[in-house]
Amino acid sequence: MTENVNLLGWTCPVPLQNYPTIVMGHGAGGKMMSDLIEHLFAPAFDNPLLAQMGDATALELPPGRAAFTTDSFVVSPLFFPGGDIGELAVNGTVNDLAMRGARPLFLSAGFILEEGLAMDNLGRLVTSMAAAARKAGVQVATGDTKVVQRGHGDGLYINTSGIGVIPEGIEIGPDRARPGDALLVSGTLGDHGIAILSVREGLQFETEIRSDTAPLNGLVEAMLGATHAVHCLRDATRGGLSAVLNELSGASKVGIEFDERSVPIRPEVNAACEMLGLDPLYIANEGKLVAIVAADKAQAILEAMKAHPLGRDAALIGRVVETHPGLVTAKTSIGGMRVVDLPAGELLPRIC
Amino acid sequence: MKYIQEYRDADLTHKLLDELRRATTRPWTLMEVCGGQTHSIIKTGLDQMLPQEISLIHGPGCPVCVTPLELVDKAIALASRPDVIFTSYGDMLRVPGSSRDLFAVKAAGGDVRIVYSPLDALKIARDNPDRTVVFFAIGFETTAPANAMAVVQAQAQGLKNFAVLVSHVTVPAAIRALMESPDVRVDGFLAAGHVCTVMGFWEYEPLAERYEIPIVVTGFEPVDILHGILDCVRELEAGEHTVGNAYARAVTRDGNQPAQAVIRRVFELTDRAWRGIGVIPMSGYKLRPEFAAIDAEQRFPEVQAIETRESPLCISGLVLQGIRKPVECPAFGKQCTPQTPLGATMVSSEGACAAYYRYGRLTK
Repeated sequence: MTENVNLLGWTCPVPLQNYPTIVMGHGAGGKMMSDLIEHLFAPAFDNPLLAQMGDATALELPPGRAAFTTDSFVVSPLFFPGGDIGELAVNGTVNDLAMRGARPLFLSAGFILEEGLAMDNLGRLVTSMAAAARKAGVQVATGDTKVVQRGHGDGLYINTSGIGVIPEGIEIGPDRARPGDALLVSGTLGDHGIAILSVREGLQFETEIRSDTAPLNGLVEAMLGATHAVHCLRDATRGGLSAVLNELSGASKVGIEFDERSVPIRPEVNAACEMLGLDPLYIANEGKLVAIVAADKAQAILEAMKAHPLGRDAALIGRVVETHPGLVTAKTSIGGMRVVDLPAGELLPRIC
Repeated sequence: MKYIQEYRDADLTHKLLDELRRATTRPWTLMEVCGGQTHSIIKTGLDQMLPQEISLIHGPGCPVCVTPLELVDKAIALASRPDVIFTSYGDMLRVPGSSRDLFAVKAAGGDVRIVYSPLDALKIARDNPDRTVVFFAIGFETTAPANAMAVVQAQAQGLKNFAVLVSHVTVPAAIRALMESPDVRVDGFLAAGHVCTVMGFWEYEPLAERYEIPIVVTGFEPVDILHGILDCVRELEAGEHTVGNAYARAVTRDGNQPAQAVIRRVFELTDRAWRGIGVIPMSGYKLRPEFAAIDAEQRFPEVQAIETRESPLCISGLVLQGIRKPVECPAFGKQCTPQTPLGATMVSSEGACAAYYRYGRLTK
């Protein structure tokens, strides 16, 4: 389509439509790149900060300690049931800020595009990112685009960094769990990982399992609105619940015990895990948090969570103990006990 | 989940445990043969709920653990070839070869893919006609029918670019070898329910008779496993040694005839090395001569000449036979951990060494 067009002196009001895919020129710093910014990124993220168009964006931060985080997103496929990589890239960084009790304010967005990526798909992903940013109440304040040759990327990679502000009186950190504290989760576990796996492996289930990707800052605000007695927060992404609990028990030098039967898991996620030989406690989530809170405030926090749409299925699942510091144990379905370890590496389906 | 949840019922588990306590008057050592059973025992914490007279030994029934080093090295050599797409069940990727594992091959540019079924490997072969797709056909009689079916279909479809690297082993041969070993102290066996679903349990009757040892076909959920243990202990307490079936909802005496037929059509019995244990006569399957064209070892004869080097420290063979405990190994928890396994028993979550490693930290 593009080969026979004379591009010299070419001015088209909607120039992007003439390139159905990303080509190397879109990252070359010239006219094609500025077209991409002007006609795709700027209108989608539309905000006065981005409109500064400087090498760096000047920001005004409200009072309080700033929180700063970064995350890169490399998911394949780019679109999956319940979400896409664009939405994930916003929610992931928003959630990392929220897990320190910070109010997320600004994001950066770095795109590494693979030559050959369909312009239509890029448009859909950027639109989806913009919608996610609006929903989470954050502004994409700065950005960057690079193009790599075909075969050197999975369509596109996105890096987002985020800045938020921690309000006065909030002290949340991975080393703040104390024996006696209560352990809460905000909803069903394993949905995102199984949704991705079902598309990647071409597995068909009777009911579609959708990713749970969501911004958790609203839920955290609701919890902190009930009380400030929240000691640790973590979004249970890679490695799932087990990785988060192992990190927290290590950082706080405490033991953690929970009851497997009280962990909310969708029956279809459980069934998929049974079939594939996976353990739902190790499966990734993108819209679920784990909270360790003062025991006497646990009920109030749980009620605040349940009153929020993203915490409807929240549950109290366990507690922090003095014994076995650094170790996580679970009471099993038959009343036994097992050690819930960190996964050693990649999750591997078992042969038998 | 129907047909699963009922067999994980806490009340039923405790009733069976009470019965087991009443039935047990002296110490008994039982071996669960299958890695799937070990996995379930560890995952539910069943081992710590048993009466203290009952000891369980985790047997050599984890296909990942017993696949010989030589075959793992051959797999690594094949997977390193640019003209090969190497396909495998997932948990074989982390098994250490002489110098590295399949993950390292993948990182170095080898095309290594996890499949859930050998038929997926066939599809990859159809989609990539210019490269040879090798499937790592490992496992006991459970995976043998599906692996055999892939061979049959490859031949029927005239797929010239599909080959299998075969390392199949059989359970009765392992039980025979264990009973012939003078060091092994096992009072009764829990036979592997899934293997028996395919093969039936008639093969075990002469073994129970010859070695005067009860063998109980056992399932995989905690209630199933307890049922198997209880039946086995009752036989031992009564001085009997028959083959029992505590997994009757899946297993019949004769097993699955069409599955056995496809195994017989594709494979024949052969001597097979078991990792850490050594060669057990007539303990594995190899491809019949008429399928030589699909045999990866014949297709790529250069992998025949591989020299293997097992860790001199690892005692996984003795652990698999229940002769030594993992903590008695000089490398345990030092050079050998789940992140840096020297032997296969430290690799899979049901491996005896990996289980000891985790629980050791709790009881310290």
